[in-house]
Amino acid sequence: MQDHANSVAASQYRGGIALDLFLQQVLNGLTLGSIYGLVALGLTLVYGILHVPNFAHGALYMVGAYVSYITMVDFGANYWIAMIASAISVAVLAVLCERLVFNPLREAPPIHDKIAAIGIMLFLEAMVQMKFGAEFRRMPTPYTDILDVAGMTIPAQRVLIIIGAFALMAVLHLFLKKTMTGSTIVAMAQNREGAFLVGIDANRVAMMTFAISGVLAAVGATLFAPINLVYPAMGHLLIMKAFVIIILGGMGSIPGAIVGGLIIGFAEAFGGFYISTDYKDIIAFALLVLILSVKPTGLFTKGVR
Amino acid sequence: MNALQKISDFFMTPAMKIVLIVAAVLFPFVAGNEYQIYVMALAFVWAIAVYGMNIITGLCGQLNLAHGGFFAIGAYVLAILTVDHGWGFWWAFVAAGVAGAGFGFLAGIVSLRLKEHYFAIFTLCVGFIIYLLIDKWEELTHGALGIINIPAPNGFGLVDFTETTPFYYLALTFMVLSVWLAARITNSLLGRSFRAIRISDDLAASLGINLMRNKVLAFVLSTTYASVAGALYAGLVRFIGPAEADVVHTFDMITYLLVGGIGTLMGPLVGTMVITWLTQSLQFLEEYRMIVFGPLLVVLVIFFPRGVVGSFLGWRARRMAAAQDAGKSQENAKKKSPTSPVATNREAGNHA
Repeated sequence: MQDHANSVAASQYRGGIALDLFLQQVLNGLTLGSIYGLVALGLTLVYGILHVPNFAHGALYMVGAYVSYITMVDFGANYWIAMIASAISVAVLAVLCERLVFNPLREAPPIHDKIAAIGIMLFLEAMVQMKFGAEFRRMPTPYTDILDVAGMTIPAQRVLIIIGAFALMAVLHLFLKKTMTGSTIVAMAQNREGAFLVGIDANRVAMMTFAISGVLAAVGATLFAPINLVYPAMGHLLIMKAFVIIILGGMGSIPGAIVGGLIIGFAEAFGGFYISTDYKDIIAFALLVLILSVKPTGLFTKGVR
Repeated sequence: MNALQKISDFFMTPAMKIVLIVAAVLFPFVAGNEYQIYVMALAFVWAIAVYGMNIITGLCGQLNLAHGGFFAIGAYVLAILTVDHGWGFWWAFVAAGVAGAGFGFLAGIVSLRLKEHYFAIFTLCVGFIIYLLIDKWEELTHGALGIINIPAPNGFGLVDFTETTPFYYLALTFMVLSVWLAARITNSLLGRSFRAIRISDDLAASLGINLMRNKVLAFVLSTTYASVAGALYAGLVRFIGPAEADVVHTFDMITYLLVGGIGTLMGPLVGTMVITWLTQSLQFLEEYRMIVFGPLLVVLVIFFPRGVVGSFLGWRARRMAAAQDAGKSQENAKKKSPTSPVATNREAGNHA
C-alpha cells in the first residue's frame, strides 16, 4: 500500500521528532481503520442477514473505485458526483448478485455460497482487467492541500477520509436504529424466524442489505483511492483484512466491525512503522492466527458461532 | 437395456480403469506434438493436488482455501533443497512431502478448531501468509525473482526426466498412485468417518468419531498431496516464483473439483482434464479465463452442484432405481421396495 510510503516521506520531511512521528502514526491508523471499518461493515451486515461470507465484497470495492475513476477522469465529473455515481452502480451490482446468485442458493449447503461468491469475485476482476488493463492508476482528488495543525502535516484527503467514513457510519447507525426499514434489517440479523413471524419480507431485506454493503464499499473505495492506487486486484488484500476484522469483532456485529477496523488500522500503522514495512500486510493475519489460536470464537463474540 | 445403459454400465466396471490407463500410456504415441504431452503431464500434476483438495473439501466438507499455498510449499522446499543446498532430487522430494504434512499439521490443529465460514476465511489468510512469506523472505526463497535451474528428477542413469515423455510417465505413475490411495481412503472406515463429518459434526461426534483427529488427518493428507504435487511441478517446470502461491491457483483447483464432481473419486481427474484442455483450446483465454470460469462456478453450484461425475452417478442411480422399481412392480404390483433406490445409491457411491 502506497499511503504508508507517503506518510513516511511526509513525516521525514517534518524532521524526526518522536512525538510528531507518533502522532502521524495515530493519524495513519485512524485513516486505515476508518476505511477498513467501512468495508468490514458491509461484509458484516451481509453476513448477519444471509450468513454468507461474501468473498466478492472486495471486488465490489474495486468496481466502486473504477466507476469513480472513470466518472472523474473520462467524464470530467466532480469528485462528489463520482462518489454518488459509484455508490449507485455498485449498489445495483450488489443487488444483482443477491438476486441472481445468492438467492437461488439460499437452501444450498454453505460451501456452495462461498464458491459462488469466489466465482463472482473472479469474474468481476477479470472483466475489469480486460476492459481497463492491469496497470496501476492514480485517482485525482480536489483535496490536495496539506493542512498544518499544531506542527503536524495532515493531507486534506486523510481528514476527508476520517470524517467521511465516520459520518457514513453515523448515518448507517441512525438508519438502522431510527427507521422502520432499518429495524427490519436488525430484526432479521437478530432472529430470522422471529422476523418472518412479524411479517418481514426476507427478499426485500436481503436486497436492501446488499445495496447498503455496495454503497459502503463504493464510498470507501472513492475516499481511499486518491491516496492509494486503482488496479484490478486492489480488493484482494482489503477483503481479507475485512474478514479478519469481522472475525475479531464477531461476525454480524456492527460495533465489532468498527472497533475491529480501528484495531487492525492502528496495528498496521504502528507495526509497519516501528517493526517492518515489508511485513506490514502480514500483521493483520498474524494477529488473527494468534487470537484464534487462543480464543477460537473471536474476541467479542458471545454464544455459539 | 439400451446402448446408453450399456455404456454407462461399462464406466462402472474395473475394465474401465484398464482402458483409461492404457489410453494414458498410449497418449504420447498419438499426441500431435511434444507440447501436448507436456500439457498432459502438467494436468496430471495438478490433478494430484486436486485429489488432495477433494479429501478435505469433498469428503470432509471443509473448504480449504490455503491449498495453493501448500502446493507452493512443496515446490519451494524441493527447489530450495536442490538448488541452494545441493540435495538429490528424490531426497528433496521426500522432504517436500514431509514438509507439506508437517506444515499441514500445524495449520490444521489451529484452523480446524474453527467451523465452516471461519475455517474458510482462516485458511484464506493462511494461504496469504504463505504467499507473503515466500514473496518477502528473500534470504530463503529468493523473493520475487523466484528460483531457477531446478534439477529434473534423477533417473539414476536409466531415464532422462528432462525429456518430456519420460516425465509424462512419471507424472502418470504418481497420478495413478494418488487415485489408488484416494480410492482406498474413500472406501475405508476413515473415508466413511470423513463423510459423516461432512454431513454433520454433531452426527459424527455422536457416532463416536473423534472430530478433531479425523479432520486434522484429512487436512494433513490433503496438504501432503498438495506438496507432493508442488514438488513434481517444480521438477517439471524447473522454474518457480511467488506466483505459485497465489490464491488464484486455489480457485483454479476449486473449479477443477467442482466441474469434475466434488466428493467423487474420478471427479478431480475429469475436472482437471476438461478444464485444462478447454483452456488449451481457447488459448486467447489464458489471461482472462476467469471471465468464463467465474460465471461457470456460479452456474455449476446453482444448477449442477455435483459436477460431471456426480451428475452421471446420480443419473445412473435414478435409472437403475427406476428399472428396479419397474421390474419389481411387474413381479409384484402391490409390493414396492422402498429400499432399492437407497441401495443402488450406495452401490454407486462405492464405485465412485
